Formats: sequence, structure tokens, C-alpha cells
Amino acid sequence: MIYEILNMNGYGLYVWSAFAFTFTSFATLYFIIQMQYKREKIKFISKFGTLNSERAAFAKSQSINKEILSNTPSI
Amino acid sequence: MFKHFELNKIFSITSKAPRYVLFLFFIVLSIGLSEALFLSPEDYKQGDAVRIMYVHVPAAWISLGVFSLITFLTIFGYIFKIQNFFLISKSLAPSGFLFNIIALVTGSIWGKPTWGTWWAWDARITSMLTLALFYLMYLIAWRIFQDKDKIFKATLLITIFGIINVPIIKYSVDWWNTLHQPASINILSKSAIDISMLFPLIIMTAAFALFSLLIFLMKYNTELIKIKNKGLDRL
Repeated sequence: MIYEILNMNGYGLYVWSAFAFTFTSFATLYFIIQMQYKREKIKFISKFGTLNSERAAFAKSQSINKEILSNTPSI
Repeated sequence: MFKHFELNKIFSITSKAPRYVLFLFFIVLSIGLSEALFLSPEDYKQGDAVRIMYVHVPAAWISLGVFSLITFLTIFGYIFKIQNFFLISKSLAPSGFLFNIIALVTGSIWGKPTWGTWWAWDARITSMLTLALFYLMYLIAWRIFQDKDKIFKATLLITIFGIINVPIIKYSVDWWNTLHQPASINILSKSAIDISMLFPLIIMTAAFALFSLLIFLMKYNTELIKIKNKGLDRL
């Protein structure tokens, strides 16, 4: 049965390679974008750390900055 | 009217949304894959090779849809001076380009067992390749220009010229004699495809659309943080 699923009446190589290409591309793009996101976030946090208290307080008054600092999801 | 496009409000939503979209994507994809690979019937002519359609067609549809959306947002953003629309367009482009490449590669893989060749310079394939080049130009424009106005003008021109290609892709199978079969799915008239094949096609399209949304959200959040990074530099 497994052989039949893999072989697909002789078309297995074409079908599985098309699906494999699609999902490998998905995974690659996902990890590239995730890496970019993490890099920017690390940059933001380290820049924020260099601000003096007055500037940090001002920066934190903007809700988006507060959101970036507080929200640390996996993606 | 456009106060709803405030970055602060948008980020509070887009930063939380990806995890839910990713979860939904896996659920829809699981249903789609089991239908596409195991439950749907094989074609009476093409046999199991028809299963490639379940990745090829949704990828082509989404790449066309994304480019049309990018064009609409770019033109609208330029006319009404809404910078956020350019940012949304920029964030949509990577997934649109990826789906275009997937459509070309899986089409090539499908072509070998059905047409006996990996590639043919027929109208549909050539116009899809042209769309990939427009996507590439669009992405490069964001990289090479530093000045905002130059980016907006360049991307506007690329999308306006690129959108001319979209109806050419759609009607290429009707206007010219191509290796591609005519459209099997029609919104206004009866589709030539059986429901047992249409159902997995729709599910796979929904899964791909969710993936596109996921990539868009992640990219958009990255772009917003980039802007905020520049803002911290100016403090």
C-alpha cells in the first residue's frame, strides 16, 4: 500500500517532487522572514537599552514601542 | 477616513495575529493535503499526475491576486498619499513572488509527464515568467532606491506596467493556441471540473492564502519595527 501511494501509478516522482518543492519553499521563506523579524527586534531592544532614562520614557510613551518591547511572541 | 490606518493600532493587531494564522494554516493544509493526495480521484487522462494541479493552480491564482492587490494599493497609496499602503504592498510582495516561482516550477514538473517537456515558450508560461520578472523588479526597486519618493515612483511604474500582463495571463489560453488547456473553472458559467476535484482545489487555495497572509503579517511587523528603529536613531 505504501508503495502504491509513493509510486502513484508511475507519476509519484513528479507529484511528490512538486509537493516537496512547494513546502520546502514555504519553510524557507517562513524562516527567512522570521529571521529578519528577530534581527530587527533585537536591534530595537539593544537601541532602546542605550537610551537615557528621559529618552527611554519618551520612546515608551509611544504605544507601538511599548508593544514591541512587551510582546515577545515566537514569530 | 484614514485614521484607522494608524501604525500603533495596526501593530497591536498584526503582532498577535501570526500565531493564530499559522495554527489555522496547518489545520486547513492538513485537510487539503489529505484530499489532494489521497482522497480525490485520479484523472481519466492524466492519471495521478493531475494531483500536481492542487499546488500549481492555487499558487498561480495567489501570485496573480497578490500582484493585482499590490498594484491597487500602490496606485491608491500614490494618489491619496497613504504611505502605509506602500508598506503593505512591500510586505505582500515576497509571498506573491514565491507563489509565482512555485507555479512556474510545479507547472514545469507537471509538463513533463503530460506534454513530454519541462518547458515550452507558450503564451501562458511566458506571461507567467514575465510576471515573475515584474515581481523581481518590484522587490529590487525597494532595495536599490533610498529616497522614498523614488521608491514610490519606481514601484508605481513597475506595478502599472506589470498589471497589463495580468489579463494577458488570464486570457492567453483563449487568445493563442497554447499547450495549456482552457480554464476549467468559471465563476459565471458551469465549471468543467468535477466537484470531487474542485473541493480539494478550493481547500488548498485557502491554505495557500493563509500562508500568504502569515508571511505578509510577519513581514509587515518587521517593516514596522524597522521604522521604529529609525525613529529611535532620531531621538
